[in-house]
Amino acid sequence: MSNNIVLKKGLNIPISGEAALETMKTIAPDVVAVKPTDFKGFSPRLMVKEGDKVLAGSPVLADKQNPDILLTSPVSGTVKEIVRGEKRKLLAVLIKAEGKDAVDFGAKDPKVLKADEVKESLLKSGLWPSIIQRPYGVIANPDLTPKAIFVSAFSTAPLAANAEFAFKEDVKAIQAGVTAVSKIAKVHVCVNSGNSAFAALQDATVHTVISQKHPAGNVGVQISHISPIKKGETVWTLSLLSLAAIGKLFLGGKLDLSRKVAVTGPAALKTGYVEALPGIPVSALEGCFDPSIETRFISGDVLSGENIGKDGYLGFFDNQVTLIKEGRERELLGWANPLRFNQFSSSMAYFSWLLPKKKYNMDTNTHGGVRAFVCSDVYGKVLPMDIFPVYLIKACLAGDIDKMEQFGIYEVLPEDLALCEFVDPSKNDIQAMIQSGIDLMLKEMA
Amino acid sequence: MTMEENTVKPGLFEKGGKLGWLHSTWDAFDTFLRVPATVTSKGAHVRDSIDIKRVMIIVVIALVPAALFGMWNVGYQHDQIMHDLPGFWNQFFWGLWKVIPLYLVSYIVGLAIEFAGAQIKGEEVNEGYLVSGMLIPLIVPVDVPLWMLAIAVAFAVIFGKEVFGGTGMNFLNPALLCRAFLFFSYPSAMSGSQVWIARRCGADAITGATPLSYMGEGMDAVTNAGYTFWNMFAGTVPGSVGETSVIAILIGAFILLWTGVASWKIMVSSVAGALFVGWLGTAFGATDVPAYTQLVMGGFAFGTVFMATDPVTSAQTECGKWIYGFLVGALCITVRLFNPGYAEGMMLAILLMNTFAPLIDHCVTSSATKRRAKKVSIA
Repeated sequence: MSNNIVLKKGLNIPISGEAALETMKTIAPDVVAVKPTDFKGFSPRLMVKEGDKVLAGSPVLADKQNPDILLTSPVSGTVKEIVRGEKRKLLAVLIKAEGKDAVDFGAKDPKVLKADEVKESLLKSGLWPSIIQRPYGVIANPDLTPKAIFVSAFSTAPLAANAEFAFKEDVKAIQAGVTAVSKIAKVHVCVNSGNSAFAALQDATVHTVISQKHPAGNVGVQISHISPIKKGETVWTLSLLSLAAIGKLFLGGKLDLSRKVAVTGPAALKTGYVEALPGIPVSALEGCFDPSIETRFISGDVLSGENIGKDGYLGFFDNQVTLIKEGRERELLGWANPLRFNQFSSSMAYFSWLLPKKKYNMDTNTHGGVRAFVCSDVYGKVLPMDIFPVYLIKACLAGDIDKMEQFGIYEVLPEDLALCEFVDPSKNDIQAMIQSGIDLMLKEMA
Repeated sequence: MTMEENTVKPGLFEKGGKLGWLHSTWDAFDTFLRVPATVTSKGAHVRDSIDIKRVMIIVVIALVPAALFGMWNVGYQHDQIMHDLPGFWNQFFWGLWKVIPLYLVSYIVGLAIEFAGAQIKGEEVNEGYLVSGMLIPLIVPVDVPLWMLAIAVAFAVIFGKEVFGGTGMNFLNPALLCRAFLFFSYPSAMSGSQVWIARRCGADAITGATPLSYMGEGMDAVTNAGYTFWNMFAGTVPGSVGETSVIAILIGAFILLWTGVASWKIMVSSVAGALFVGWLGTAFGATDVPAYTQLVMGGFAFGTVFMATDPVTSAQTECGKWIYGFLVGALCITVRLFNPGYAEGMMLAILLMNTFAPLIDHCVTSSATKRRAKKVSIA
């Protein structure tokens, strides 16, 4: 294959609790949440009030800046509660699920559609916000035509759902989704091997990424090797989850966000996959965790997922829940103890290199206090991109737009530097620093 | 080894407590003893086990062979002249007794300033001085008056580090700054041939010149003074406390390289730079000291392994490290060849390159940016 991308840098975090390749159950939730906070760049305006009846596919929220962009209900039922946080910030719309009725958008053959028709269907069905625009990682602007659309057909994130297993039954839908969005712009799909179920996708350029290490599966890393984003350019990215939903919309005419969600993590009593919808409460995973242990519920993976708490709801973009223990134990003279076989470190300063196969029951302890950046070479080793991570981070901290541009702010999202954050001996919150830089760019460039 | 959940940290030292103004000090000792109970609040939920305390302790461990050898060598050199310290252990303990005051002064003065600085800023105490404090006694002559050392340490910590914001923000290596301060303020205590061998209290100075001081007169002078490649390699020659034994330094280098704490690129390129200029020197007749002998003389090996590789003050980019290291080695030998009055070039070479490291990095990052801009997109 000519489209090989060879990546050497990266790191797989050996955390225990990989999901067993079996479907445990289907979660038929009582309540489903529509969370505007899952979408960057979305300022929500309510289109329903408590007590309203909604169908699967009915609009619930619209974007204040672009009222065509809608978030729709994944289930039919009644609006139960509108949850607000500080300063009345809209956090979620809770919908009590009843019945199986759905809005009929009409089945269409994606092959004969025009770009505008695809856009319109996606906007109406509430699937538009699943398209992420780079730079900055915000909801795509429907008035723009991007340079290209990128899809990563595998994930290398810690304990991520196995794409071949989770999307086994969705290959046809994903193909329909690819065909549909290929009307808007050229589509690039990255797979991790020629044998992947997605290596034969039509209407797209397929690239094979030769690397087993995270973050090779991050779409941002793939873009930087296929067609780096320059100032003034935009690209869109879609996940397999979103493509499957788009495909099902065109094939069946209905909004179907159901997905196989991997239940993972060292604190999971039982791992595997559940059939679920975005917005289901994690408490529905009862039996998978021990309520007597202080557990962190993460929607997504341990690097970039969101801590949603035991009362939280699965995020729109996630097909993984990770359960880990809160690490509040204090180890005596931990920094000096030469052995510490239960601690993983990517550096040779510990002895975890002796046990390359071992999986670790990691917890949320930071393993040290926050310091200024001291070491300079640990970050680049886990970032297979042509950027200087520490220089970019410092430019973000300084709020220096010119320097941020120079060091590649257009190419990255916080998730791409998540491993830099993991390995950082100075324990800085690197993803938050990058996000603050992106927020500043959004403000200044608006 | 795990302790019960830390719920009873004395409120006495917490902010608002009776001794709340000592919070930084309390925190330093508390986290020194036990890993802090802090959990991740943003970003990656799990973190690597390494932290700055671990990084620093590895450097300290890597310095132990050089320090132990240095202590014995202090006694051994004294015995070579005075013949009053028979036996290995006599020599070692006599040297230990001479070196310990240097360590006490270095750590007490340096840490006191670090703690006070952290207290004033209300921050956690940085671990950086654990290494600087370990380095400083190893790069001074053993008989340096303690009051001079105290002033130099204070100067290095305050003006080399704290005014810039502490460990990670400084641009000069604090330990070398300390030595430079001593050298320029009290040259008589830092150079010449009378300072390198420890004497007994009140006794007259003992003359014992270092191999480097003979270098200006050529290789024959070095050999005639009794210094061979192998005894300089082993380290049984006069010099600063920890810098003489290349064997002990290589053990430290192995620890630093194996754990990845120090950059192998800097070490390799520094040796390459030294060999290159050393070879030029012999080729053009500036000296007859072979280039490889330069590597085992004076502070070159110690500087290359422990000082030039300081991650904060060296170049930060991988390409920059090659350039930085090469120039450190090249400059060191250049100073040795052309300035016989002060033959120890390593300190000045590293300090000079410390100031140039940001410029090297700037050139490397700007050229990378230009290259990126030219990249053809294939989409």
